[in-house]
Amino acid sequence: MGLDFSVIPKYIDIILLGCAWTIGITVAAAILSFAGGIVFAVIALYAPWLIRQPFRFFEWLFMGTPLLLQLFLIYFGLVQIGIDLPAFVAGIIGLGLHFAVYNSELIQTAILSVDKGQMEAARTLGLSRTEALRKVVVPQAVRAVIPPIGNNMIALLKDSALVSVIGVSELTLSAQRAIGATYRPFEFYLLAAACYYVINLAMEWVQRKIERRISISR
Amino acid sequence: MLKVYPFFLEAAWLTVLLSILTALLGLTCGALGAAARLSRFALLRFLGAAYVSVIRGTPALIQLFILYFGGPQIGIQLDAFEAGVIGLGVNAGAYMTETIRGAIISIDKGQREASRTLGLSQWQMMYKVVLPQSARLMVRPLGVNINALIKATALLAAISVVELTYTAQRYIGSTYKPFEMFLLAGVLYMIIIYVTGRGIAWLDRKVQIT
Repeated sequence: MGLDFSVIPKYIDIILLGCAWTIGITVAAAILSFAGGIVFAVIALYAPWLIRQPFRFFEWLFMGTPLLLQLFLIYFGLVQIGIDLPAFVAGIIGLGLHFAVYNSELIQTAILSVDKGQMEAARTLGLSRTEALRKVVVPQAVRAVIPPIGNNMIALLKDSALVSVIGVSELTLSAQRAIGATYRPFEFYLLAAACYYVINLAMEWVQRKIERRISISR
Repeated sequence: MLKVYPFFLEAAWLTVLLSILTALLGLTCGALGAAARLSRFALLRFLGAAYVSVIRGTPALIQLFILYFGGPQIGIQLDAFEAGVIGLGVNAGAYMTETIRGAIISIDKGQREASRTLGLSQWQMMYKVVLPQSARLMVRPLGVNINALIKATALLAAISVVELTYTAQRYIGSTYKPFEMFLLAGVLYMIIIYVTGRGIAWLDRKVQIT
């Protein structure tokens, strides 16, 4: 059985719709992971001991187990305790939480590297600790981590393929549907790979633009 | 619950075996990739860069599917285990290429100039001056690559290799206890990751001179 790429045009709609879903899921999970990363970083650094320590343990758990397992746990496991999420919501939450933990690691380092004088100055000017964090320290830290977070978001795009396994009709599952109808795995997986590659290149382009803007305004 | 433990332990062992084989293949591909990217020949540099860009630009899951499901169409017939090791190994190799290349080019330029001045050949310079120093810089970042690769072996559940994640899925069918099964698999992954992490840290201390 050789290769025959002429079957592709008939299924191009399904694949493009899959691309749209993949982009949508990636963007939603990216936003969740960014916001979550900031919240997690602040908790890991500044919350009282009783909250901080269990939280660090939770972060350690997330970093030490495969994403696929976490997705299964959220999608199939939570049903057991009465939480039945639609697959795409479970996918976005799983991807978002997973990458929030990785972003939080980056943001924690960045917060610690913001000069101590900044916090002291903010306190002297009459800002409360929370205000100082929210208005002075965190904004500076976030800016410093945008390039490495960009790398995480590109990793997130590729890991979004995993949500096909819990039945979200994104690019990978769309390719599988087309394969189910045509028995042409090589052609359609290659097409899906090409789509991911193009989205990936677009993300890298955006990342470079943002990095340039940050380095100019500094 | 008790009845499933032996099966999980067996699956954990397979995950360890898969990780070791994948890591070895990954390191080989990484070393070759880095050599290609740093080569004098433009064609090799291009091939190395294309390898890294294409592999890192597409999902590992899709790469596995192309190899395992698409392979037979172009005459490559592999069983799930072989496809898994080759697919993940080649994938990890692309990330390791960048790690190894990074460690090599971070060695100060003056060192190369000095070795040339002392009359060392290109090979002597690489083997006696540059590599011994960059090897020390590689251990920790390669450890990060290996950590990622262990977790990536979970993807092989999708091509039905009976490793940890697949085993957890399978026993959910008979026990209806998804939470417990995934948690048990999670604990075993944590143990594998933890032990590997300690091993890498030990190796890293061992190779530092200071």
